[in-house]
Amino acid sequence: MTEVALQVSNLTTTFGHQGTAVTAVDDISFDVMPGEVLGLVGESGSGKSVTLRSIMRLMPQHSSVTGRVLWQGRDLLAMPEPELRKVRGGEISMIFQEPTTALNPVLPVAVQIEENLRAHTTLSKADRGKRSLELMDLVGISDAKRRLTQYPHQFSGGMRQRVMIAIALASTPKLLLADEPTTALDLTIQDQILKLILDLRDELKMSVVLVTHDLGVVAATCDRMAVMYAGRIVESGPVADVFGQPNHAYTRGLLGSVPRSGTERSPLLSIEGTPPGLMNRPTGCAFNPRCEFATDRCRSENPVLQAMAHGHEAACFHSDRVKAAGWAGS
Amino acid sequence: MGRIMTVTQTLLSVQNVTKAFPLPHGLIQRLRQVPPQAVHALNGVSLDVMRGETLGIVGESGCGKSTLARCLVRLHECDTGRVVFGDTDIASLNGPARRAFNAKVQMIFQDPYSSLNPRMKVRQILTEALSVHQMRPSAEIPARIAELLDLVRLPQDAAEKYPHEFSGGQRQRIGIARALSVEPEVLVADELVSALDVSVQAQVVNLLLQLQEQLHLTVVFVAHDLRLVRHISHRVAVMYLGKVVEIGPTEALFSAPRHPYTQALLAAAPELDPTRRTRRVAAKGELPSPVNLPQGCLFNTRCPQAFERCFKERPVLSAEGAHLSACHLPG
Repeated sequence: MTEVALQVSNLTTTFGHQGTAVTAVDDISFDVMPGEVLGLVGESGSGKSVTLRSIMRLMPQHSSVTGRVLWQGRDLLAMPEPELRKVRGGEISMIFQEPTTALNPVLPVAVQIEENLRAHTTLSKADRGKRSLELMDLVGISDAKRRLTQYPHQFSGGMRQRVMIAIALASTPKLLLADEPTTALDLTIQDQILKLILDLRDELKMSVVLVTHDLGVVAATCDRMAVMYAGRIVESGPVADVFGQPNHAYTRGLLGSVPRSGTERSPLLSIEGTPPGLMNRPTGCAFNPRCEFATDRCRSENPVLQAMAHGHEAACFHSDRVKAAGWAGS
Repeated sequence: MGRIMTVTQTLLSVQNVTKAFPLPHGLIQRLRQVPPQAVHALNGVSLDVMRGETLGIVGESGCGKSTLARCLVRLHECDTGRVVFGDTDIASLNGPARRAFNAKVQMIFQDPYSSLNPRMKVRQILTEALSVHQMRPSAEIPARIAELLDLVRLPQDAAEKYPHEFSGGQRQRIGIARALSVEPEVLVADELVSALDVSVQAQVVNLLLQLQEQLHLTVVFVAHDLRLVRHISHRVAVMYLGKVVEIGPTEALFSAPRHPYTQALLAAAPELDPTRRTRRVAAKGELPSPVNLPQGCLFNTRCPQAFERCFKERPVLSAEGAHLSACHLPG
């Protein structure tokens, strides 16, 4: 058994003041192994992005994060700010959905890469220049010398995402947190960026947490996945196992909602209703109003994650019936 | 399963349509004698929409698919070429004839948050469509509204609510009800579900499939999501830089794509089956600027198989049967 790289336990994030506070992430726990790509998948409002930001303590005022995030024996949530700043952007880097807003529009790319090198490495000025060139090369931007002098608006969407990855990699991180890195990109560019992230994972031996709403992206890139619904992890496990045999009614519905070949023009499995808002979470299992398997127990009691097999877990009272019902992909 | 297509009557015909949007040409550009430039959104598009079919139009951003959709309903005027409905050029329609055309060919928009008037109740939104097109005497309008809400599976009390009281998926249903209120023959859906969550997408797609059967609609489904397009279309057209590069029956196009761009696009779509992964990059490089189009074939800057002729001569759609591809490569 190798040692866990990142261990998140009982992470809870709330917004607002007592009395009116809403819970965006509700007591979730998961591990990330060294060199592993973990997919956090869910629909809008499920808390997947807030989870990433909570880990990095990139949360606005009036929010509170509790629980424990263990990174190499240290709790990121309890760490003093100066120490955290060494980890954030250093050992752990983050890339965002919108490279256009994440990059500084008035600074050339070279300055933005160097900024990170200056903060997290001891390289000399000349070496930083050399390293910047290497990083541009690593993320597949040709003509690096000229491109470094350019500003973000002179890059296309895909190229900007590459620049952002270059900045994130400047400190040779051990963990990359990627928040919907390809959602704003076209298919052929998404394909390029996802494969770049996988190549870099192999080359730099880093772990990746990939937040996405796209099940195709999960199937094509992740080793393990955790499905989030209304702030909780409802199912997790190796990607092949979860896709092969979903144990939670929500996962089954989600997988069934995506069209696949061979079933053209037939009705999709779909899930009735819409995901609940932060203000009106149902009691019991949050999925019960939309669930075709729901019973009285689901309406009063919130299920916890139960181990199934091979590290596959699901928080559903009716896993057996969900499995028996089968789904479009099986 | 797909219903067997027996009718092959052309309903809408797009003939060699071009559309360019001029870029601002201000004082500085004029003083520096920079020639005026334009974004070439459509560069000679030809295709037919058959009665009763769903024609999917796919492509990446900037390929012109939304511009084409807007030309179909005459929200844009074509620069050259024409769009023929029945046997009339839609650009020649005026007054009542144009209004009649608008009722026959309806559009549903991508963003359910901006395509409904926030100050109007659903009842007012639907009444407006019904009375502008004089579909019903005013006494019959309430009954028709009830029928429309039923059709899109919204509760009857929805009529007295405002758009902000609905979720994205329900708003998209209101958009569909408004389009259906004037009893159209053709629905042009531009990224109908791409703003919705996956589980809600499936509901709307199921509704669209049902409505099409029930009302014998012809649907032009514009989307970037290959899986969705494959799921609901009888035929698919693939666009790249303002040209249709390949068009054909869905099954043939997806199982045996002919154009190198279609092949790359299909390979780039992540497989839903985690056991069938590949690490090979599907297409290198990026979309050239639609301001300065490449010479010859528009895909030549990224095509792994491009040869001399591709840089000189722009290929046209050609092949046998119903499956056409615009490529110089043999076969």
